[in-house]
Amino acid sequence: MSVLTPADFERIQYHQKTQNISRPSLSYWSDAWIRLKGNKRTLFSLYLIVGLLAFTILGPVFWNVDPAFQDLDQVSQAPGTSRLAIIVNDYEAWNGESDISIDALRLVDRATTMAVRLKWDTLPNASGYRVYRNIFPVGPEQAYGIPLVEYFDNTVLFFEDRLDLKPRRYYYSVVPMDDRGNLLDGYQSIAVDPIRVTTLDEARSKGLLTNESTLQAGDSINLSLHPLGTDYLGRDMLARLMEGARVSLFIGIGAPSLFILFGIFYGSVAGFIGGRVDQILMRFADFVVALPFLLFMILFKIAFGIGPGESGIFPMLVALVVLMWPATARLVRGQILQIREHGYIGASQLLGAKTNYLIFRHMLPNTLGVVLVTITFAIPSAIFIEAFLSFVGMGVAPPTPSWGSMSNEGIKNMLTSPHELILPAILISVTVLAFNLLGDGLRDALDARLRNQE
Amino acid sequence: MFLYTLKRLFQGLVTVWFIATATFFAMHNVPGDPLLNDRAVSEAIRANLESKYGLDQPLSTQYFIYLRNLSTGDFGISFTQENREVNDIIREHFPVSAILGILAVVFAATGGILFGALTAIYRNRLPDFIIMILVILGISVPSFVIAAMSQLALVSLNDLVGTTILPVAGWGTILHMLTPALVLGLGTMAYLTRLMRSSMLEVVGSDYIRTARSKGVPAPRIFTKHQIRNAILPVVTVLGPSIASITTGGFVVELVFAIPGLGRYFVQAVQQLDYTVIMGTTVFYGAFLVFMVILVDVLYGFIDPRVRLEK
Repeated sequence: MSVLTPADFERIQYHQKTQNISRPSLSYWSDAWIRLKGNKRTLFSLYLIVGLLAFTILGPVFWNVDPAFQDLDQVSQAPGTSRLAIIVNDYEAWNGESDISIDALRLVDRATTMAVRLKWDTLPNASGYRVYRNIFPVGPEQAYGIPLVEYFDNTVLFFEDRLDLKPRRYYYSVVPMDDRGNLLDGYQSIAVDPIRVTTLDEARSKGLLTNESTLQAGDSINLSLHPLGTDYLGRDMLARLMEGARVSLFIGIGAPSLFILFGIFYGSVAGFIGGRVDQILMRFADFVVALPFLLFMILFKIAFGIGPGESGIFPMLVALVVLMWPATARLVRGQILQIREHGYIGASQLLGAKTNYLIFRHMLPNTLGVVLVTITFAIPSAIFIEAFLSFVGMGVAPPTPSWGSMSNEGIKNMLTSPHELILPAILISVTVLAFNLLGDGLRDALDARLRNQE
Repeated sequence: MFLYTLKRLFQGLVTVWFIATATFFAMHNVPGDPLLNDRAVSEAIRANLESKYGLDQPLSTQYFIYLRNLSTGDFGISFTQENREVNDIIREHFPVSAILGILAVVFAATGGILFGALTAIYRNRLPDFIIMILVILGISVPSFVIAAMSQLALVSLNDLVGTTILPVAGWGTILHMLTPALVLGLGTMAYLTRLMRSSMLEVVGSDYIRTARSKGVPAPRIFTKHQIRNAILPVVTVLGPSIASITTGGFVVELVFAIPGLGRYFVQAVQQLDYTVIMGTTVFYGAFLVFMVILVDVLYGFIDPRVRLEK
């Protein structure tokens, strides 16, 4: 063995290139963002969500209409922009006089939304008459509609309808009765299309006319505009949809954020401490999962109680948080348990990292991806639950609109004015769809296993 | 396997106790007075009523009375309907909900498994696209909207034909059950389809399928014996919770279709603050769900041999 000289410890030149960085390094989040942008469906859903938020927040700035105001001239108005009304003279009582000859059921004067005047001739065998109104023609099953008046006197041969008339087609029927009030055959029916009218005084009191206006009876005038129509109480649908969006999205985004925060806390405590504490904590979470969900939503909501004049948004939020946190807690706990075993945690501990540092610097950021995906999937389910509960009348209390309670009101008038149901239903569906698509995209983008597959 | 079942049953009992306790204390927080509806009750009558229902006792005593009654299967007497036991109400209305729920689960499971398998096999082709669009609709449209729309569709269908093919609402014959069960199962069906599709995609690309194909197993046999049977496992695991969501979510459909089920009765009881009925129904439903989940888990052991061997 030769003697080592200092020259032997001279550093030899190292020629080999160790590493070649060919492209800029990507952090987890920038990589996720690039893949998110590449997914057309996700991008589309992001635009949808931004649009919905703009509709909710900016909408009322552009469409500044009171959602509680009742426009009684236009009840259950279908969407559209035709709002012409004819100005007529003030209403004058009618005692059945007319110039035209009456041989059957006839319309007297012009049918307007102020009054529809009918006259008819004596019907055979009748000792009285009942007048009906329907929105469908009287078919073979003799569905006359709603009874308007009953005369136990066969000499009264006229009727004036002033009940809640709308500019649409009505079918009036006069049915003869015998002296005990039983209906006889031989009814007569007529189709009537009332035109929308208003008087000068009414128009003025609603601010549609200035005092200097020179409009006369017979001229036409534009009533106030409701682009998406009105509901059964004459409230503007667009304004109510915006207001309802605020309620639905507040619950839909607020509740998941809250219960996910709690779930993260609960899950990370259970996962980090482990052992008996973990077992007890998770056992309790299992119990909460076992509660029949919708029934307990209703129970908790009434248990918190809502006083008169309150909307019930807050109890609903609390009930959602109380019942929905265990899923997140389980997920976060599982993640923490996995991460705890990783080598870098041990390395960090070896370098002297404290518990807090480990949790906040290493563990929570690494669970963030999973949690983000859970949030996006929790939002549509919270919106669904709100809609469900409001639909059965256990959710947001009227008059506060939410999409669910609007659907509930709309379903009652589904046949005559379908827009009252369809519009909120479309909004619920689009929102739920957008968040579901976003969740799918996020899951794909944040899944580390997929990261290096391209 | 037997020990495992026993253990799960014991856990289930503890869970039911927890549900009962949560229900009891939640109900105690409900504002309002069960004995004061519209009519004023005199002090004497009130005291009598309170002692009859045990409402003058301290909360802990009430709780133990409640538990003791529960353990003998006695849910008490309705507060708003004269002389009607909650047990009778459940006995009368639950079968309706159960039949509806079972039908819905059957629809959801068969539809979900079939459609999911189809989409995986026809991946990125026309059947896949059509089914997945329907699935997205099924997930995003609320069931009450689908219920209302299907009623409208039924009305026009019946009009078109001239006679009543399928009734629009009500309960009685099998024809009454079809539409509501389909509507009720639709959301779950969509969910199961997605699940089945992803698990089927994994199975279709796996080695043992290639092996089976290369040794000449006919395609239908691969489909039923190898693909479906393996891909079905994740679907079966979520079937328990699915039954839960279907049966408790049924009240919306029951409301729209005017079906005299327990869910609709529950909503009515809540509106009338009928305390015993609310508590009884909730505990009953809770227990039912817990044991359904256990049943599915135990059955799972028979389908998946790995679970059996572990225990």
